[in-house]
Amino acid sequence: MKSNWEIVIGLEIHVQLNTASKIFSGSSTDFGAKPNSQASIIDLGYPGVLPVLNQSVIEKAIKFGLATDAKISRKTIFSRKNYFYPDLPKGYQISQLELPIVQEGYVEINFNEEIKKIRITRAHLEEDAGKSIHDSSLGKSKIDLNRAGTPLLEIVSEPDMRSAAEASSYMKYVHLLVTYLGICDGNLQEGSLRCDANVSVKPRESKKLGTRTEIKNLNSFRFIEKAIEIEAQRQIEILDSGGTITQETRLFDEEKQETRSMRSKEEANDYRYFPDPDLLPVVISEELIKSIQQSMPELPNQKNKRYINEYQLDQNDAARIANDFDLATFFESSINHSKHASPKQLANWLLGKLSNMVNEKNISFSKLKLSPVDVSSIIDLYILGNLSQKQAGELLEYKHGSEASIEDLITEHNMSQISDTQELSDLVDKILKENQVQFDEFKSGNDKVIGYLIGKVMQASKGKANPKLVKEIIESK
Amino acid sequence: MLHHLSIKELITSLSEKKLSYEELFSYYQERIQKFNPKLNAFISVNESFLDQDSIIETKLKGIPIAHKDIFCMKGHLTTCGSKMLANFKSPYDATIITRLASAGALTLGKTNMDEFAMGSSNETSFFGPCKNPWDLKLVPGGSSGGSASAVAARLAPIATATDTGGSIRQPAAFCGVTGLKPTYGMISRFGMIAFASSLDQAGFIAPSAEDIAIFYDLASGYDPKDSTSINEQVASTTKNLDQKPNALTIGIAKSSLDKHADPNILNAIKQAVNQFEKMGAKIIDIDLKNSHLNVPTYYIIAPAEASSNLSRFDGVRYGHRSEDSESLQSLYANTRSEGFGDEVKRRILIGSYVLSAGFYDAYYIKALRVRRLIANDYKEAFKKVDLILSPTTPNLPFAIGEKSNDPISMYHNDAYTIGANLAGLPAISFPIGFHNGLPIGGHFVAQHLREDLLLNAVNHFQKETDFHQQIPQEFD
Repeated sequence: MKSNWEIVIGLEIHVQLNTASKIFSGSSTDFGAKPNSQASIIDLGYPGVLPVLNQSVIEKAIKFGLATDAKISRKTIFSRKNYFYPDLPKGYQISQLELPIVQEGYVEINFNEEIKKIRITRAHLEEDAGKSIHDSSLGKSKIDLNRAGTPLLEIVSEPDMRSAAEASSYMKYVHLLVTYLGICDGNLQEGSLRCDANVSVKPRESKKLGTRTEIKNLNSFRFIEKAIEIEAQRQIEILDSGGTITQETRLFDEEKQETRSMRSKEEANDYRYFPDPDLLPVVISEELIKSIQQSMPELPNQKNKRYINEYQLDQNDAARIANDFDLATFFESSINHSKHASPKQLANWLLGKLSNMVNEKNISFSKLKLSPVDVSSIIDLYILGNLSQKQAGELLEYKHGSEASIEDLITEHNMSQISDTQELSDLVDKILKENQVQFDEFKSGNDKVIGYLIGKVMQASKGKANPKLVKEIIESK
Repeated sequence: MLHHLSIKELITSLSEKKLSYEELFSYYQERIQKFNPKLNAFISVNESFLDQDSIIETKLKGIPIAHKDIFCMKGHLTTCGSKMLANFKSPYDATIITRLASAGALTLGKTNMDEFAMGSSNETSFFGPCKNPWDLKLVPGGSSGGSASAVAARLAPIATATDTGGSIRQPAAFCGVTGLKPTYGMISRFGMIAFASSLDQAGFIAPSAEDIAIFYDLASGYDPKDSTSINEQVASTTKNLDQKPNALTIGIAKSSLDKHADPNILNAIKQAVNQFEKMGAKIIDIDLKNSHLNVPTYYIIAPAEASSNLSRFDGVRYGHRSEDSESLQSLYANTRSEGFGDEVKRRILIGSYVLSAGFYDAYYIKALRVRRLIANDYKEAFKKVDLILSPTTPNLPFAIGEKSNDPISMYHNDAYTIGANLAGLPAISFPIGFHNGLPIGGHFVAQHLREDLLLNAVNHFQKETDFHQQIPQEFD
């Protein structure tokens, strides 16, 4: 039964920008270093220190803005968001309130076979906080400030999503986009993308939005979907039983599969935003925007279209490749290296055999210990008829992680395909003699028997005979 | 009588080997030992110069200096006059400290100040009030009271100081010495503990404009560590110091402030005007029509920025931490209640209030608008004049304790000086006379980046007068 309640979702996605140093200090942003080893006096908020903007964050934010057809502010300012927390060393976070760098963009996502437009209200730059680790056994909290000052782009959407799955699709698309743009490493395990979800429900026919709650810190696609579903269900149950929703911030508890209240609107901080007097307004020139425009990479939707038009891939295959940055990169590199295989043939291999390998090994295409050069060489051998499909597949497995050359592996596994016509002809003669009955049948017009005969030849050759040639030879006899 | 020598004379004596670095340093250390107990001008003293970086053969080779205790100095106490940082040793050097040290200057010690530079009397210091060497019952002014007092008593030939609303110039006036607040952004703020970032500016207090010019040229200039630092080539102030000024036009603002000013001070201004006219200056009246709004505007913007700047003092990473706290909230509350004094708390409260939701537009945004009007008034005035002359303070130095319970009256001590901070302009206070044995300061404001003009004009005035050479008898 279709529920009469409609779920309304807006997301705030925090994207860690992949700069070498922090947004306002020269400290490294590498993940996983010893606690507090990457926190300088500036990150620690020592008395007298001052922030200096890392210019590359401006360029990365502009890239995102251009990719989402947004307005790029020609003048953007940083503001202080004041609140106390031990992992916020200065007692304020440098963020943007007025004049954020990116405003009014949108993305188009493919959801349930339909193109859906999700509007982006704004995307602004800010510094990340550190991490508090609460050790209840010691009754103490530990603070690691390595993350403090890592640059974030906070992407705020309009409440344009209508289901948990759709929100997750949007998040996946943003993840794909920032990876394509090369502005984020896209590593979800390391918290490179984190998301807060604003969730409300309203009667389907109503135009007025319901009271929303905000679920904090969702850092995987699965969590987003689950948390939103659970929260929406909670709200619907309250409304169905005549209750009202309290505007508040909630946390998702994965173990208990519930969201619970973190703080109410009344307890919310007054952040006392004001423009940071330590940082001058950033003026963004037309030249900078133009030069970034010129260096924009091809985006997933553009790739998708090109794969269909230029490479004649079907819609499904094109989308599958374009929606996986590593796969698309691998695909295009393979095309460049291949001498005989068509893009469509390469796509079939990448989406078939190689995708299976990637899935079995539970890695991504970029982690495959097999280069696009290796792959295109092996597929070329198959196209040329030097290897059977089965052999080519096996060779890909053998080559994975192996230092040996393709030639050596072929020799080692004795797998080159017999395409020598004389040799094949002799073999065919032998087999036909042994299977005279079937051969006669074939000659008297029973075409179906040829499969049986080819099979026998293949068997005798231990799979190495070129089946196409075998067929031609039998037919010519 | 080494303490009668100017910086220029000291440089000559040292380079001609008539004087050794050690001799000069010890001489001032001995004076500090002898006189500081009376004045409380120093919070910490650097007894040996040997632990300082080896003296480099540079411009300032071996010239001793005192630093306001607001500047971070690696390995040294940097207290900012507060209990919050009473035991804080900085892990790094402020840019001004680095620049002067690499020019060869030797640190004598760190001077007393109002807590976090908030005050006009040096009475808010956690380390006790500093005294005015002209009369130990009187305040030396603030917040750079220690620097002014130390220089006036010649416990240092020069001292660094900072100025957010008058904190260099008012104590310079109260102590009968010269104090320069440069153009906002001319001396790096990196390593200077922030009070109000858009107003704070480091500068110097010394007996004469000539002394200051030598140090100013070496300390100023672009610093990539401070985003608000000015990256522009400006004229050397020392090179132009002795050049005869072109016929100066000096503006005198018809100011409502004068109604509240001590007539003896206004009289001293008249005499200074005569002196400048004698030197060829033309005097005209100008109108800074929004100057009555200087103090209220300042007391919105400065506390607002301060409330945020001082948030980092939370007891978590450094500085005072309250002993007995059971929760995070109480750790913050107790640490900050114990660590900050009343004036600092007052300004944090004012600042938090004017920035809070619902009041931000009415106070902070409006104050920023008025600030632009005030800056425009100066811009208009400088179309007609080179310098603007006024008293530095409306009154003579007052008694310790006299205004402690009257913050508003205390705030009005900066009425003449605040305009230059709000407009980011360079300004100087210089001795123009005495009344009943107490010094009086005159105050010049110039256009952006025209420190050369300020120092040149005052230098020529000081060639004709000897007010700046007076030393309180007890300390001579």
